[in-house]
Amino acid sequence: MSSSSSIHSSPNRASRIKEKLEKELEPVELVIEDVSYQHAGHAGMKGRGTDEETHFNLKIVSKGFEGMNLVKRHRLVYDLLREELDSGLHALSIVSKTPSESTR
Amino acid sequence: MKGTRDFPMCGFSNTVVQILKNLNVPFEDVNILENEMLRQGLKEYSNWPTFPQLYIDGEFFGGCDITLEAFQSGELQEVVERAICS
Repeated sequence: MSSSSSIHSSPNRASRIKEKLEKELEPVELVIEDVSYQHAGHAGMKGRGTDEETHFNLKIVSKGFEGMNLVKRHRLVYDLLREELDSGLHALSIVSKTPSESTR
Repeated sequence: MKGTRDFPMCGFSNTVVQILKNLNVPFEDVNILENEMLRQGLKEYSNWPTFPQLYIDGEFFGGCDITLEAFQSGELQEVVERAICS
């Protein structure tokens, strides 16, 4: 994953996602998985390199989600990652739980 | 969605189509890859940046993750049945 010619500034997108979510949600668990390779070449991905970071699976366990339904939780994550979505991040698969839900 | 119900162009869109077919409920599909204005407009309308987007009875329900989770928990069936009866 190292490329000095990458159009993205360092650190890479995965690190930026991690930083933003950690700062804003203070998650007790955060898993970020880059699954871009599974989507390389499908519709909407034309003209993009195969080494770009476009698709991620996120698992976030945070107190910040308490009292929010799933749509609100996902919107919150999307809002926090707006810059990434505007700069080539294509899709997120999000599992968002509160600490009490995750131990059930 | 990306593509159509018969030819989904993305795995997430395909998942939602398969769920709706499994529920055996009537639904309309709109291919946002064919209409850039609609694509951008819908993102703003629903305040949701990705596709597919599922609307039930005119109301935004969620994307692929939420639809799948609601399907697995049985909640989706309830919401859909309520919408059909209303």
